[in-house]
Amino acid sequence: MLSKLLKFSFAHGVHPRESKEATVSLPIQRMPFVREYVMPLNQQLGAPSKPVVEVGARVHRGELIAEPGAFISTSLHSPVAGWVRAIDNRRYPGGVFARSIVIEADPFDTQQFPRAARDWRQLGAEEFVAEIQRAGIVGMGGAAFPAHAKYSIPEGQHIEHLLVNGAECEPFLTNDHRMMVERPDDLLRGIEILLHNLGARSATIGVETNKPDAIEILRRHIKPGQPIQVAPLRVKYPQGAEKMLIKSIFGREVPAGGLPRDLGMVVNNVGSVLAVADWFEFGMPLIERVVTVSGDGVEQPSNLLVPLGTPLREVLKFCDGLKEGVSQVVMGGPMMGTSVASLDVPVLKGTSGILAFRKPRSVQSREYACIRCGRCLEACPYFLNPSRLARLARARLYEEMPRYSIMDCVECGSCTFSCPSGIPIVQLIRTAKSQLRQSAGKVV
Amino acid sequence: MKPKETRLQLQAAPLLKQNMTTGQTMRDVLLALLPATLAGLWYFGLGALLVLLCSIAGAMLTEWIFSPADSRFERLSDYTALLTGLLLGLTLPPALPLWMAFIGGAAAIGLGKLIWGGMGQNLFNPALVGRAFLLATFPIAMTTWSPQTGPADFFQISASNLAAPFMQAAYDGVSAATPLGLMKFEQQSTALWALVSGNTSGCIGETSGLLLLLGGLYLLLRRDLDWRIPAGILGSAALFSAVLYILDPIKFPGPLFSIFSGGLLLGAIYMATDPVTSPLTPRGAWIFAVGIGLLVILIRIYGGFPEGVMYAILLMNAATPLIDRYTQPRVFGKGIKNQ
Repeated sequence: MLSKLLKFSFAHGVHPRESKEATVSLPIQRMPFVREYVMPLNQQLGAPSKPVVEVGARVHRGELIAEPGAFISTSLHSPVAGWVRAIDNRRYPGGVFARSIVIEADPFDTQQFPRAARDWRQLGAEEFVAEIQRAGIVGMGGAAFPAHAKYSIPEGQHIEHLLVNGAECEPFLTNDHRMMVERPDDLLRGIEILLHNLGARSATIGVETNKPDAIEILRRHIKPGQPIQVAPLRVKYPQGAEKMLIKSIFGREVPAGGLPRDLGMVVNNVGSVLAVADWFEFGMPLIERVVTVSGDGVEQPSNLLVPLGTPLREVLKFCDGLKEGVSQVVMGGPMMGTSVASLDVPVLKGTSGILAFRKPRSVQSREYACIRCGRCLEACPYFLNPSRLARLARARLYEEMPRYSIMDCVECGSCTFSCPSGIPIVQLIRTAKSQLRQSAGKVV
Repeated sequence: MKPKETRLQLQAAPLLKQNMTTGQTMRDVLLALLPATLAGLWYFGLGALLVLLCSIAGAMLTEWIFSPADSRFERLSDYTALLTGLLLGLTLPPALPLWMAFIGGAAAIGLGKLIWGGMGQNLFNPALVGRAFLLATFPIAMTTWSPQTGPADFFQISASNLAAPFMQAAYDGVSAATPLGLMKFEQQSTALWALVSGNTSGCIGETSGLLLLLGGLYLLLRRDLDWRIPAGILGSAALFSAVLYILDPIKFPGPLFSIFSGGLLLGAIYMATDPVTSPLTPRGAWIFAVGIGLLVILIRIYGGFPEGVMYAILLMNAATPLIDRYTQPRVFGKGIKNQ
């Protein structure tokens, strides 16, 4: 009860081992430039971007190379000065190929970026949204949802409150943690910019209590009178899911199928807020990001500032390579990340981590029948009935599943994590969801 | 240095998993039952051991025969048949003819589990299905209780144990009423300490309340059982019998007697908590548990049998799908007014 009063939390959820100790105290290092960069056109949620450069063109660092393909889409910029060498299909996470712009870095370029602050005080609401889209900023926590779409508030709605998501509930990842510790002033500047342009009155930074130094440093850097506070959150997965974050801090539920803005809130990841600050303070679009490299298969775990488009092979090489017998490499966290089939896959806007594991993590020696133990029900933060959904999915009774609110599932994986029978519950639900979307005629 | 090219495996997230497995849960339950089982053998001797073994053999053999040939070993190695056989054996009278115990084990797995579609599909607790089958088929043998022999006469097997199949069992003559029988038919109470320690007549595994509770505590610490079910059953049974006891202390037993007599602890901790046959939802678990607690006391007091745990659990098993349907949790964000 006491802990409930001191720390903010939500109901249900699971407690995977945090495994953050390997990188938690390592400062962010800048990754040196490599020879070739690959920028997939569909690295954000929504429509793919459209290239605006020709093969052979000379580009400088931060130059626009692709423009938004639709409103829910965003711009791409060259991560290095160099030449466009190809626009063709390259490897993409999940074992597939995607259309990408390939850029060869100029080895003799200094790769300087001309810093130029932009004015953010005189922008109209629409201009601000356009600026963010121009900067190519997406949700950096992993989903890569274009940020400007979050900031474009429909008529009749009003944003009261900005929530900054520093929960970082995925095991192994420490990139948000390091950014909060190392760049508190820039983070607070980003919050100030967002508060001003969204017309919001106050901001809360939610941080899990396993990052006491971040909480302390942020509190110290908040100037007196600034309408910003830090909320210590209970360590629990998926604390960083935006609806869970709102539930934890305000005790309010976002209506099913709705968005945080229905409650007058916008939720942004720490990395996204810093990207906003980078754009307005230094004129730097989203061309690099912080990535945690960790897992038992990496020689030298690190927190790296990596130019987008860097192939994983190069990032891992910089970390002294992989250990003997690595069988799995994952982009993102171990709970929601994507495993890759090839190290030629590049770092994307949504890549929060690169994890290498020596033996497959969740392979249980055998799968048992569902014994209806109910652990998945107690794990599901959305109060669904995963046991029932998995049974229906196994029986391919997909059309029955909307009655059990399948579309409210955010695929956090808590059910599969908690299942003692080793049933791939969330994987079954994912398949069912895509089947349902297909039969509804929407191809997502 | 070039990173060594290895064959990378693709796997859909999540890649992490807690350590508990269903097989491990079954092993935990077996371990938790061990003290009470040993106490039963201590009190009732070799005959009881043979009854247990025959019931287990019946269960496992049935599972083996009716499993597809290529998955026989796998099916047996999940321990569910072993556990069902053991649970059934613990609810049998120690002097039961061995062939009946064997048939009971076969019925438990065959009628209780396999015809429903195997593990996880059955509506009723398999061990209790086996027991109900035996009680309906051999009512006399199932209600004839032998007195405790004690460890001194461990190797003394009662003649009825060895009765030939389908023959009338010959009983040794001395029979002893269970505490519940004494209560129901002769309004005679039994000392609480005898109930707690298990020094009474009754089914093989139900007598020692203390050891059953100890095993339950272990399962609770290992998070193998839903605490709401034993808590709800014992709480509601105690409350209901306390009310009756206050109304008429001579006719009705007190709450402590109700909890520690008969199979209530065995049923509440090890049988009603069978996840397959109890509700999935926390609210449903409470309804289920309170239903069992009330039914047990009702049957004991107003029914024809002195004991009602088995029927109470089976009845609530039957209600489980209905309870589940009406206690689905409210989905996050559903029913919230959009402001």
